Amino acid sequence: MELEFGPEYDRFREEVLAFLAETPRDVDRRSFLKAATERGYVYRSIPRRFGGSEQPFDPIRESIVAECFDASPFSWRLGPQSTGMLVPTLLEAGSDWQRERFIPPTLLGDFVWCQGYSEPGAGSDLAALRSTARLEGDEWVIDGQKIWTSDADHAGFMFGMFRTEPGADKHAGISYLLLEMDQPGIEVRPLRQITGATHFFEVFFDGARTKADWIVGRRGEGWRVARANLKYERNLGGGPRLRQRFAAVLELARTMRIGDRPASEDSVIRQRLAEIEGHVRCAETMTLRQLSAAARGEDDRVVLPMLVNKLYGTEVGEQIAQLGFDLIGADGLRAPERSTWDAVSTSARDTDWVDQYLFELASGIAAGSSNIQRNVIGERGLGLPRDLRAARARTPA
Amino acid sequence: MHFGTTEEQDLLQATLRRFTSEALPPDRRRALFEAGPQLDRSLWREAADIGLAGLMIPEAYGGAGLTLLDQALAGEVLGESACPGPWLAHALVGLALSLGGSEAQRARWLPALASGECIGGVAFGESGDRWEAADWRVAVESGRVTGTKCHAHAGDETGLFLVGLAGGRVGLVEADATGLRRRPIEGHDRSRALCDLELERTPIELLDARPGLGEPLLDAARVLLAADAFGAAWQMIRASVDYANTREQFDTKIAQFQAVKHQLADMAMAAEPMRGLIWYAAWAFDHRPAERAREAVTAKAHVTDGAVRIGRAAVALHGGIGFTWDCDVHLFLKRAMFDRTWLGSPTAHRARLACLAAY
Ligand SMILES: Cc1cc2nc3c(=O)[nH]c(=O)nc-3n(C[C@H](O)[C@H](O)[C@H](O)COP(=O)(O)OP(=O)(O)OC[C@H]3O[C@@H](n4cnc5c(N)ncnc54)[C@H](O)[C@@H]3O)c2cc1C
Repeated sequence: MELEFGPEYDRFREEVLAFLAETPRDVDRRSFLKAATERGYVYRSIPRRFGGSEQPFDPIRESIVAECFDASPFSWRLGPQSTGMLVPTLLEAGSDWQRERFIPPTLLGDFVWCQGYSEPGAGSDLAALRSTARLEGDEWVIDGQKIWTSDADHAGFMFGMFRTEPGADKHAGISYLLLEMDQPGIEVRPLRQITGATHFFEVFFDGARTKADWIVGRRGEGWRVARANLKYERNLGGGPRLRQRFAAVLELARTMRIGDRPASEDSVIRQRLAEIEGHVRCAETMTLRQLSAAARGEDDRVVLPMLVNKLYGTEVGEQIAQLGFDLIGADGLRAPERSTWDAVSTSARDTDWVDQYLFELASGIAAGSSNIQRNVIGERGLGLPRDLRAARARTPA
Repeated sequence: MHFGTTEEQDLLQATLRRFTSEALPPDRRRALFEAGPQLDRSLWREAADIGLAGLMIPEAYGGAGLTLLDQALAGEVLGESACPGPWLAHALVGLALSLGGSEAQRARWLPALASGECIGGVAFGESGDRWEAADWRVAVESGRVTGTKCHAHAGDETGLFLVGLAGGRVGLVEADATGLRRRPIEGHDRSRALCDLELERTPIELLDARPGLGEPLLDAARVLLAADAFGAAWQMIRASVDYANTREQFDTKIAQFQAVKHQLADMAMAAEPMRGLIWYAAWAFDHRPAERAREAVTAKAHVTDGAVRIGRAAVALHGGIGFTWDCDVHLFLKRAMFDRTWLGSPTAHRARLACLAAY
């Protein structure tokens, strides 16, 4: 057990902090990301010729950068669909021209992507999707509908899965296509979310078009391609995020009053805070375990943490949101502030607890619902048998 | 940076697991539980022979000179095997002497503790659920102590008692000292002995080389209780998985039912995140004194509370057989219930965390 990173990393942290101190406050995100890439702070695993900084594998440096950047006044994170999904997928399964053309502008936020997976009839059972694309000359012609598509109003591009091989098996008939959003065959309709905000949309395709070579991987390989980015997705768990949320709810407890004393002096509230802090310490130390394992090439030691990360984050986040909602008392009757409706949907806001209480619900639905997480923990973590239905529906890989 | 166990620590756990699986097969474990908390001398001897009695005792006195983290990793294996005996108390007595004993006191007792020849017991609690060092009232007057300590983790075999005293001090009382009487308590966890300890003008040796030793020793005990409960919890999860993969209803293994799978997944999701919490708390004891108390109370509250919940779910997953004395789950559930209650409830520990963290 050794929790110090060591002098080399202390120096690195100093260097990152110095970079942040030198950066002008009014810098735009694009210039910030450009400078951070030149210094080798971001996009470390991406080759230079695709706009990355091509640094040696080092999850500790990565985590130091993320920690310092997150604590800085600069906004630097791009939408998860762009850097978290599309870029890794292209690195793994794209052709060289696709990587050269799409990755560099995506890394700077010039190209914004939305994810066209879910459909009205295809959610957890994603392979049930029915939107089609058929090749006509040198173009794919797309018909059908996607739903819950985040950011579809301002994304210039979509990556998505479409059925291209009529008559093929459920998983075998799907292709992974890239397309431009601004075209006559696409209509984007807003969906109002439970908070009142509009961050996801319906996308209708009626003869929409994309070039024949805007396919990633080969025809019918879409299911495999969509899963390719999983190996890049090194989710170390929600420790830092939950700590931040806990700090916010603790601050709220100190501000709100029960009777003539701060709520944080009330014994029931203190019990709830302490119970949550137990979970937060668990999440933090679980993140630490995974960081350590990643740095030492010992991923096999953290299989179960990697499987429980998401569900645990959902459950603990729920407890925090619940406490915040209770602490605001009768303000919990008010509609969320309209100003927060436009805020980035993934940020952990602490200004409006009603909004947060509602928003927290997304965590158990999006990106693999909690029941699906339980299936994965049970099957892959504990070796329990697959669900009967799912076993039958699965086609050989 | 390395937040994980070392090869030596893995080896320690592997060695202990081999030992407990050979020395404590299920039928022997059941028989010993049945017999109650009187120590099985041969099991104690066998375990002491592989070094279990002196893990944290300095090498100069015949121990292995290891840290609280190592002891906690050992404690996890003791919990998962529901290993009978006052191991936790014994380790604390050694730790108390190592931290707070004079040279003469260490030389006098540590070698016999390390070899397991002398068995340690711990008397911290007082009536009215007073476990905190600041609440101890039993006091010393001219080298003699008078009063009652409640729910001491000690049995007939205990040779040396670690006693919590007013002012957060601790001292040692030998079992054959004058004025000492033990009143055994019949506990539900028959793998660990409990007694009330009456002291009347009983000679006591104060461990004063490090003042206020009571608090850190309580913290060490909290970490070890958490480790024990964690081991027990994972054992109950494994037993439930095995049972779900065996038991058939409606013409299929019950593991095939998604409700069962999800209950098991929830148990694993509750348990696995506790591992790092315990590691950190144990590590902080030796390396981050400023964080020691807060981490220890957090681990004790969170892990022992969660372990009992996991245990109750494990019983439910076993159905009727789970409700019987014949199903081993109850051994581990009672283990976790002991860990949860001894030294104070999760509620008491969370109240303490709230103070330490200055909410
Ligand atoms: C905020 C938000 C943003 C989103 N953004 C996008 C996006 O950008 N692009 C995109 O493609 N999608 C997006 N989604 C959609 C998301 O991926 C789906 O909602 C999710 O996959 C669940 O599918 P569903 O909504 O059809 O629910 P369903 O799959 O119909 O699930 C309904 C209920 O049934 C349960 N269930 C389903 N199958 C099983 C099973 N096998 N065992 C047990 N229980 C089961 C689920 O747990 C759930 O409780 C977003 C969703 C949200 C909430």
